[in-house]
Amino acid sequence: MNNGSKKAWLYLLPALILLGAFLVYPLIDVLIYSFEEGYNFASQTYWGIGGYNYSYVLHDPYFLQALKNTLILVAITVPLSTGLALLISTGLSSIRPLRQLYQTVYFLPYVTNTLAVGLVFMVLFQKTEYTDGLVNLMLQWFGGPTIDFIDGPYWAKMFVLCFYTIWVVMPFKILVLTSALASVNPDYYKAARVDGTSRTRIFFRITLPMISPMLVYLVITGFIGAFKAYSDAVALFGTDLNAAGMNTIVGYVYDMLYGDSGGYPSYASAAAILLFAIVLTITCINLLVSRRRLED
Amino acid sequence: MDIRLQDITKRFAGRGRRSQGETVAVRELSFQVPDGSLVGLLGPSGCGKTTTLNMICGLEKPTTGRIFFGDKDVTDLPPELRGVGMVFQNYALYPHLTVLQNILFPLENLKGAARPSRQEMRRRATEAAALVQIEELLDRKPRELSGGQQQRVAIARALVKMPRVLLLDEPLSNLDARLRLQTREEICKIQKKTGITTLFVTHDQEEAMSISDRIVVMKEGVLMQEGKPQQVYDDPASLFVARFLGTPPINVFKARVQAGELWLANRPVLAVPGVADREVWAGVRPEGFIPDEAGPVVCTPERAEVLGRDLSMVCSHPDARDGALRAILDPACGLRADAETVRFSLRADKVLLFDTETEQRIPFAADKGAAR
Repeated sequence: MNNGSKKAWLYLLPALILLGAFLVYPLIDVLIYSFEEGYNFASQTYWGIGGYNYSYVLHDPYFLQALKNTLILVAITVPLSTGLALLISTGLSSIRPLRQLYQTVYFLPYVTNTLAVGLVFMVLFQKTEYTDGLVNLMLQWFGGPTIDFIDGPYWAKMFVLCFYTIWVVMPFKILVLTSALASVNPDYYKAARVDGTSRTRIFFRITLPMISPMLVYLVITGFIGAFKAYSDAVALFGTDLNAAGMNTIVGYVYDMLYGDSGGYPSYASAAAILLFAIVLTITCINLLVSRRRLED
Repeated sequence: MDIRLQDITKRFAGRGRRSQGETVAVRELSFQVPDGSLVGLLGPSGCGKTTTLNMICGLEKPTTGRIFFGDKDVTDLPPELRGVGMVFQNYALYPHLTVLQNILFPLENLKGAARPSRQEMRRRATEAAALVQIEELLDRKPRELSGGQQQRVAIARALVKMPRVLLLDEPLSNLDARLRLQTREEICKIQKKTGITTLFVTHDQEEAMSISDRIVVMKEGVLMQEGKPQQVYDDPASLFVARFLGTPPINVFKARVQAGELWLANRPVLAVPGVADREVWAGVRPEGFIPDEAGPVVCTPERAEVLGRDLSMVCSHPDARDGALRAILDPACGLRADAETVRFSLRADKVLLFDTETEQRIPFAADKGAAR
């Protein structure tokens, strides 16, 4: 090891120690937990090593429900929120008057507390004995049937969860995309105008490729964020997510540790490792696809 | 097809809360680019050159005035209907497309009957690439090219639609010195080969002088002078134009005309028949000094710069506007920088007189080549 690289390691040390203590060590620990069968939290003992925890989790209907919920949430919210954010930020960059105001308005949800927003959504969508809620009132005006979105059919609950998630994650995406759009050199647009390029062609052939690195970033972080959804569901449906049938994988992990049915760190660890594997796979696929795209 | 600008004025609304006023970028500008010629639009930064170019190309609309291409008034036409090709200062090549895709881009915008077949597009793109000698680079991305090569791609992209007018915005400013010389000849050659009416913008007078058929000099949005490069150089209308053209720049002296003679430092230095007695700015081109032991211009040499072909001598002179003068001499003239004084006589055709107030030219009947 030469002097230069010794120095480099020295400078990296603080970060490496923190990462090791709070990221790498716990990850390995979780991996070990997940293979320890019959682990007893009080006596810190276990029977043996094996895959039973995984088999239990994979056969647990609550986990399968949580997995299904999470996958639906990811599949709906990531493309929709990114697409809508792209649409809105494109719109924002092409208007002049009151642009700052609109940007602020669109960014507000980002600085608002998730649980507070969840409460507002619940009030809007819930149907109780005392009130139908604003959304149901509107449905009635248009002659539709009233539905309890918070405590009703599965698809209604899923709709609210997706709606809410999109609403919460969009501001950040709009912010990133607006600045990405603003950083495209206006000379490209001038050159395109001299050549008589249509607006749609400018958007798809110039704007989109120019901001694609930012789009890739948003899609990848979007996937990861949606897979880790939990607080959103709690904000809307309360802490007993299994009963509501709206649990997510992270919610399942939490319940296994601390919930009413909790006290099973081994099952929680196995579920956490499964989530980790899914997120890792999806992210790798994302990177591969986007790299091939960008290289074209 | 020629380009004619008729009383073009462009005003921009003032920006920000404090500056309520508006900026006049171009004021009552009229000039003509003759058919098939290469014209340089020249002026210092911020003089409205690029705005003028943008108005000709259609990216911006003049506040008042008309623009004609041939007999056709194009003032209200959008850029794509004007038949112009434009090369931007930073080339504006799309970085995610290959050279070929970049050159094809304008053709792919064409619609309906005007849209050529795929093969025809390819043929025209390779033809344009051949014209600027980049055929072997077609599959590369712009970032893999040198500045000069990127410039050629930009020219090929501008030419592929076979425009009637080619506009170049500061085409050489992003290139290094050696490439600049080479590229400006290249541009000149391509222009002669295609015979396309070309207007280019530059702040570099040498660039404009060297390749243009005609030059147009602007200052603060106003046309100062236009004409053939040599003619504008020899016969500038104002002190601004005289100082702007020529490297090293013209030497300016605070001088006096008395009884038909130009006086510098209390000596008559040149006969200037027909000029009334007055104070003047006297401009002397660096090549207008002739070493002469009995010459009337006496100055103290400060340093000599040997440039190989020429000898550039800097001398101090009490009446020079910036304290010193620079003479371009023959290295064989025998003048030395460590001499006490050097004396010059002046070439009458290299001496220009200007009014001290208006800085306009004061003509006098120069006795060509005669030295006093």
